[in-house]
Amino acid sequence: MGYEISLLTAMLISIIGSLSLNLITGFCGQVSLGHVAFVGIGAYTASLLTKATTPFFAALVAGMLLAGIFGVFVGLASLRVRHDFLAITTMGVNFVFLGVVRQQDWLGGELGVSSIPDPGLGKLGFLALVFGCVVLVVLLSMQIRRSWMGYVFEAISGDEDTARMLGLDVSRYKLIAFALGTSLAGLAGGLYAHHVRFIYPDSFAFVESITILAMVVVGGNGSIWGVMLASALLSLLPQWFQFIDDYKLLLYGGLLFAVMRFSPGGLAGFAQRWFPQSQKSFTLEVDK
Amino acid sequence: MLYLELFIQGLLQGSIYALIAVGLTLVYGLLRILHVAHAGLYTLGGYFGVLVFNSTGSLALGGVVAMLGVGVIGVIIYRLCYEPILNQPPYVPLIASIGLFIAMEELYRILFGSYGVTYTNPPLQKMMPLGGLYLRQGEWVTMLASIVLIGGLAWLSRRTRLGLAWRATVTDPQMAESFGIDPIRVRYLNFFIGSILAGAAGMIVGILNNLVEPTMGSVPSYKALAIIVLGGLGSVRGTLVAALALGVVESFGTIYLGAVLNRDAIAFVFLILVLMVRPQGMFRGV
Repeated sequence: MGYEISLLTAMLISIIGSLSLNLITGFCGQVSLGHVAFVGIGAYTASLLTKATTPFFAALVAGMLLAGIFGVFVGLASLRVRHDFLAITTMGVNFVFLGVVRQQDWLGGELGVSSIPDPGLGKLGFLALVFGCVVLVVLLSMQIRRSWMGYVFEAISGDEDTARMLGLDVSRYKLIAFALGTSLAGLAGGLYAHHVRFIYPDSFAFVESITILAMVVVGGNGSIWGVMLASALLSLLPQWFQFIDDYKLLLYGGLLFAVMRFSPGGLAGFAQRWFPQSQKSFTLEVDK
Repeated sequence: MLYLELFIQGLLQGSIYALIAVGLTLVYGLLRILHVAHAGLYTLGGYFGVLVFNSTGSLALGGVVAMLGVGVIGVIIYRLCYEPILNQPPYVPLIASIGLFIAMEELYRILFGSYGVTYTNPPLQKMMPLGGLYLRQGEWVTMLASIVLIGGLAWLSRRTRLGLAWRATVTDPQMAESFGIDPIRVRYLNFFIGSILAGAAGMIVGILNNLVEPTMGSVPSYKALAIIVLGGLGSVRGTLVAALALGVVESFGTIYLGAVLNRDAIAFVFLILVLMVRPQGMFRGV
């Protein structure tokens, strides 16, 4: 039973991670290839704080704040560079994060941070907490989508220049998207660190950023339910594939490629093709 | 003397980056695709080189197979993987390419083993002092090969009708088509030449390190993306300068900044700094 609970917890945490990227990439159209750096900032901050006997929830919030602050800085970059340039810049952010963390002794260097204290909620309690966070993040996403801000995000994602010409404050909303998305990533990081209770630089390697982006894109960029479904599938797949351990990554890479090649709209696009009448509820922006 | 040696090592590393990155920039210039799987072709070049050399003992044959074989596979990848999704938003081919790259690395691991393949009788390892510089034969060959290959590319694009058609298609595909150029053939050519360069780079690195392993493409793949962005995405000249500059910055940076940042992070700090000052890359419009 313990195994299933921890599997479920890990899955829910990855849902928080991918929904947070969905705010930036899906809603606001800013492709980020370095999202796991913010998960990492949250994880390191929260775990170092709880190791210094800060209460768990305060540490979690501190991780969110710090990740959000760094996120705003990267958001500033998104005001300077766009599209492919932005994608590569955020990729760079991931590598710089890793490069810095690996060389800092007070962050544990290559060895990382171990024996992170137990939050003291019990396994089920922790699962309930993570589940509560997922519910909040989903509600927040749905709320944003319905709000004025959601429409602005959609306009920026559709055509930034036109949005600017319509008098929308593009820069401000981009920064908001980055601040929200990255601080939620920090939340996912804090939860992750206290779930596995051991983190090291490779937990936040570039491949992990790709994994999060893959969850968003495979689910259908911008579609809340699609992204959740894809995160659940992609985080559980490696577990199911244990028996073919040797071919795990081959299958994963192949799957990623195949989804993009044959259904670029992801799962949401797939559903849309099969059930065209439910179009609206699945996705807003599949093509372009 | 230390400075000169660091500089030369930087240039060597930079010329290898250049061989990889030029192919990427060609693809980007024509199709606006960030072709991450390009580094998978580079690794494949390493494998072709080492496998042919070990079984026949001929370095030249190894080189030809590495370059032409990888060139053809590059074209096949374009035809089967990219052509159908060209009209999608840019992140679609990007993710597809990353997926393809992961799958390629795993395929090499399963086919050739995770510890890599070494040359049974390592070629070009002797020291060869020339003009006061002590370098291995392989390193001289690296310099020579990159000058010849990139010079050949420059000649092809500047002095032949084929190159003219190519440049015309990059500038304005529709106009080029109305002048009787077949854009599809230009794309094939583009992938063929870019992949040849990647194959050559893979073989060279395989010889220099005397090791070809499944993951040897991981770091170059992302660094090459940084390079083409620095060079101004799609500009071949910018890419060359950026590749050499990055090689030199890295070789000095590892000595002087090694305590704070590792080698790979230096490349990206350099990238982010340049982009914040000049968002269009170093050479857009030059």
